[in-house]
Amino acid sequence: MAELPTPFRYIGKHRRAQEHKRFVLGQGHYAADIQLPGMLHVALVASPHASARIVSIDASAALAMPGVRAVVSGEELRQATEPLLPGVDAPQVKRLPLAIGVTRYAGEWVAAVVAETRALAEDAAEYVMVEYETTPHTVDPEASMLPDAPLVHPEHGSNVIFQRTFEWGPVAEDFASCDHQLSYRVRWSRNSTVPIETFAVACDWNDSVGILDVWASIQMPKFPDQVAKALRLPGNAVRVHFDVDVGGSYGLKRGLKHTVLVGYLARKLGQAVRLVEDRLENMRGGDMQGPDRIFDVTLGFQSDGTIRCMKMRALDDIGAYSGRSPLQLGKPVGAIVGPYRIQSVEYQAIAVMTNKTPQEAVRGFGQSPTNYAIETGIDKVARFLNMDRIDLRLHNLIHKDEFPYLIPSGTSYDSGDYATVLAKAMHAAKFSDPAGLMQERDRLRAQGLLAGIGIATCLEPSGGNSSFEPLFNPKNETTTWMDSCLVRVDLSGSITALMGTSSSGQAHETLVSTVVGEILHRQPDDIRVIHADSLNALPSNSPVGSRMAIMLGGAAAGAAKKIRDKLLRIAAHNLKTTVQDLCYEGGNVALISEPSRAMTWDVLIEIAHRKFHLLPTGMEPGLQEKFVWEVPTGGQLPTADGRVQMYPCHSFESHLVLASIDPDTCKVTLQRYVCGHDCGVMISPDVVHGMTYGGIAHGIGAALMEKFQFSDEGQLISGTFMDYLLPTSAEVPSITIVDHCTPSPLTEFGQKGSGEAGYLGSPAAIASAINDALAPAGASVDYLPMTPQVIWSALRHAELNSAFKP
Amino acid sequence: MTNRHTIQIQVNGIDYERSVEPRTTLVDFLRDDLALKGTHVGCEHGVCGACSVLLNDDPVRSCCMFAVQADGMRVKTVEGLAPNRAEMSKLQDAFCEKHALQCGYCTPGMLIACTALLTRCPKPTQAQVREAISGNLCRCTGYQQIVDAVMYASSDESKQHG
Repeated sequence: MAELPTPFRYIGKHRRAQEHKRFVLGQGHYAADIQLPGMLHVALVASPHASARIVSIDASAALAMPGVRAVVSGEELRQATEPLLPGVDAPQVKRLPLAIGVTRYAGEWVAAVVAETRALAEDAAEYVMVEYETTPHTVDPEASMLPDAPLVHPEHGSNVIFQRTFEWGPVAEDFASCDHQLSYRVRWSRNSTVPIETFAVACDWNDSVGILDVWASIQMPKFPDQVAKALRLPGNAVRVHFDVDVGGSYGLKRGLKHTVLVGYLARKLGQAVRLVEDRLENMRGGDMQGPDRIFDVTLGFQSDGTIRCMKMRALDDIGAYSGRSPLQLGKPVGAIVGPYRIQSVEYQAIAVMTNKTPQEAVRGFGQSPTNYAIETGIDKVARFLNMDRIDLRLHNLIHKDEFPYLIPSGTSYDSGDYATVLAKAMHAAKFSDPAGLMQERDRLRAQGLLAGIGIATCLEPSGGNSSFEPLFNPKNETTTWMDSCLVRVDLSGSITALMGTSSSGQAHETLVSTVVGEILHRQPDDIRVIHADSLNALPSNSPVGSRMAIMLGGAAAGAAKKIRDKLLRIAAHNLKTTVQDLCYEGGNVALISEPSRAMTWDVLIEIAHRKFHLLPTGMEPGLQEKFVWEVPTGGQLPTADGRVQMYPCHSFESHLVLASIDPDTCKVTLQRYVCGHDCGVMISPDVVHGMTYGGIAHGIGAALMEKFQFSDEGQLISGTFMDYLLPTSAEVPSITIVDHCTPSPLTEFGQKGSGEAGYLGSPAAIASAINDALAPAGASVDYLPMTPQVIWSALRHAELNSAFKP
Repeated sequence: MTNRHTIQIQVNGIDYERSVEPRTTLVDFLRDDLALKGTHVGCEHGVCGACSVLLNDDPVRSCCMFAVQADGMRVKTVEGLAPNRAEMSKLQDAFCEKHALQCGYCTPGMLIACTALLTRCPKPTQAQVREAISGNLCRCTGYQQIVDAVMYASSDESKQHG
């Protein structure tokens, strides 16, 4: 792909990621690689029942086994720890690492066994005798809302943990004056990002200094604070080592309960303790499943295709406990109308508890399911009006001249050129070309296959503000959502930058070094980036909400600019001039009017470090600067009617996909895939493209393959990779990405976020393609994942319907 | 658990003699007994491929065999792919150049699968690359840049460097 001309030295250019060499040489440093002297290992005893009373736990046989050091139950752990926070105002929904008295889902941890090896711990776990008495359970989210449903948390009084109806704009009037209304239901099934690395955590407690050291495969804002709080430790007694490489997370790796348990065990035993989930523990008891939603949507629109208003009810089955999960219904408020000029919206968000594995934050934080629900409606309106789906979108897309664009729910979109990004994708897909995608679809149809073209035009809100927290919980007044960076130039002139969070594949070291190199005009490959531990770190809110290019990039730029300013002031002092008369080039400083009068990088660095007599009066010696940056547009609480500026920046993506379906097996093949993508200025194009490819692949899984399936008894029946199917290189096609750049006015270089790119539109686009393929047969599917069985049933259903038509 | 067996195994060119429990998997042996942490555990049931190693030059899942089964055999792990210390093979270099990895967790298994492919088929087609890595799951990349990297490694443009 040709590089676009840019005003930058390093930004936007191909550059090898700094992280890659250690990974290809097998020298990554993951949590499961942590090996501490005398380290003990944990195995877990999990509930086999979806809902049960724990009658008794007898650990005597296990404790008598060789190498076993402890068996800990929920009661013991509760004595020393605080419950984990539920995310919304529901203090009776208490969540603990180990169950007490009752278990609320199959796989919930009931006891932890600590032994000298993992194998011995697993042996002993088999001998922990737990007597259960099963109690009524509930697994259907709609049935769970009925008055006679068994209560997952009787103390809370209801299975509904959060419910609020928002009304933004004159919804009733708009619907009353519309030419048409169309209602539909779509179902997004429970899936997740399922990283190949399970969650792992190692903890070590030091009695003499009173510090708990934590190495965890973690991606979580405020993780050290929350671990300390749950363990009743002061914040400065927990040291989280952020230099651990995380083997994939995509929002998910937030093993707070794991860490509280292992932290407690390390402190209790005075020895290092490690827990590495096995695959079933991860899938069933790791509490890392994703959104599980039923959307009921009504769109109001005119005969000319103008979509004016929307009612959306989103019912999310969050499972047995609450954490970030209800809030995943909150983030979509910031892009509730997608990229369209919809004027008024009623949004009802309901989070309901069932006896299933709890959810965790998943890539996009609930936006991808919402995008799927909106895009399905756009296609339905087109079909209803017999309009072309592209034309209908072009008619409703916000125009590039309308930015900043305020949507009814209170968020202002920063910038965009949606029609152009769609046009670019269409051009790349040869959409209107006679030899293009349409003709290819018709050729496939002529071969006897079902074939369809899918379209999706979606937003990726980015910048990771947490405005959904005060929106969904008035007691939470968090409006600060900063990130930070520290840049240091040592006496040798080498640059080191510190960041305060771990990375899970986003190449943050490459991001920071590129940005610092850009500002200081120094070679990025020579800049070292360190992941500080939490006691050394500046504040970070971790890589969530597609925020790091914006926030860590902005913080790194801010710190580097302070260094540059300091060098300029040193030069001005020594050249007996003012900063305004100087230019900074390549790290050297020269007089603009007389370039031969200059001071080199090396000379300036030496003055900063060693020649106090040459420093301007009052200047601190040394060269180290930090910058802490609040998220742009942040700092605001929601209005009483629930309007809020959610994320600051809005990336856009247009997907075009050609899919075919074998009519006999109903297997789907993705024949062509084009994604137009605009995330503003790309700091590292390879990284952005990589995340976009990966996001699309993840969306292919959500659309066609991946589902945490529970039986009526509440048992997870897709707990292995043989039944929870992940896309391989055989299912993911070759993908064409077409870049476009509409800079954000809110960020340092015009960058927007891209960590959720691809995933936010691909499920919608693939669903669109399958419904286009099924349309000639009179069939449709509004259910993900569209497995062969689901498609086959839809076709048979359509056949039966047509057979019985008079 | 006193039931132990002595095995002789060559790993990355070094001969080892170790006493192991019969139930110890090859991947646990490599990681825990030999401290070769480059080989990763993903699913523990032979689906994801993160634990792939070369066993007598063939890629195998080291989570699905016991260390005792590798007695008398040659194993190569990701740590053994580079020609010299801190250098990279052409394939490793190509993975860096083409951004064929993100979190790096599946990467050792991918490198093993692709090394085996390039040994038996030095100039593969894209379809052959996709076939060769179809038993290795990656959640970050969507596979595209991995395919690009293998094509690049097998081209005349690529190089081996440190």
